[in-house]
Amino acid sequence: MPINYYIFLSVALFCIGIVGVLTRRNAIIIFMCIELMLNAVNLLLVAFSKMHYKTALLAGDAATTAGTDGQLFVFFIMVVAAAEVSVGLAIIVMMYRNIHSVDVNFLNRLKH
Amino acid sequence: MSITQILFWFLSVVALFSALMVITSKNPVYSVLWLIATFFAISGHYILLNAQFLAIVNIIVYAGAIMVLFLFVIMLMNLNKETEPQKNRWQKMAGAVAGGCLLLVLVAALKDSDIKQQQALVNGGSIGLIKNLGKELFTTYVIPFEISSVLFLSAMVGAVVIGKKE
Repeated sequence: MPINYYIFLSVALFCIGIVGVLTRRNAIIIFMCIELMLNAVNLLLVAFSKMHYKTALLAGDAATTAGTDGQLFVFFIMVVAAAEVSVGLAIIVMMYRNIHSVDVNFLNRLKH
Repeated sequence: MSITQILFWFLSVVALFSALMVITSKNPVYSVLWLIATFFAISGHYILLNAQFLAIVNIIVYAGAIMVLFLFVIMLMNLNKETEPQKNRWQKMAGAVAGGCLLLVLVAALKDSDIKQQQALVNGGSIGLIKNLGKELFTTYVIPFEISSVLFLSAMVGAVVIGKKE
């Protein structure tokens, strides 16, 4: 597959995530759109890792492991995303308990 | 058109359509379900690229754990279509135009780049298998791996402290 296709697919997914962050007011949906953007980046990292692997293969190195780093970065992004989600959802639950809403417009001063 | 290409286009269309449904659904529960569909499509892309470990981890961690957490919180708060806050039409339009402009700029910048001749190896290659990734993770990347366990511990403590009542 040409790497171009993966770049454009990831860019489109990332921009959909940005539009979601800009157009929604529900804090949970905004959070989900951030996850969508993280996944777009992950997909592009994997595609680039396979691109480097193919380049190394074509250079004649049959036992190459070029591109492993990209896939491990994706793994670490998933680790950080899981930690981020647990803390972020705890903050949203606390906010709902205090102001009985998840509307981000009520949070523009970061206090109540 | 080979089966790989057909699968690529199919998964791309599914991913983009369900991503659009995530941001256009009025009901937050439907948004979560469409996001799970997006994650499955992205996992399909990983399998197509022969990154089998990441495909499984993506399904288990994202579609399994994280999305269940989202669904649980949404159901806990009893959010539904009537209580869902909406921005007014001009703000929505401005957000869509801003995102569309970013898409336009990125596509225009990347359209004629030198990387266009490169190919991603689909349907082959062994770097995405657990054997290779595990060897690399526990030799070169063992310190970040151990640090991530501390990160998880602090995230767990943080979530409990924040979520505790008073």
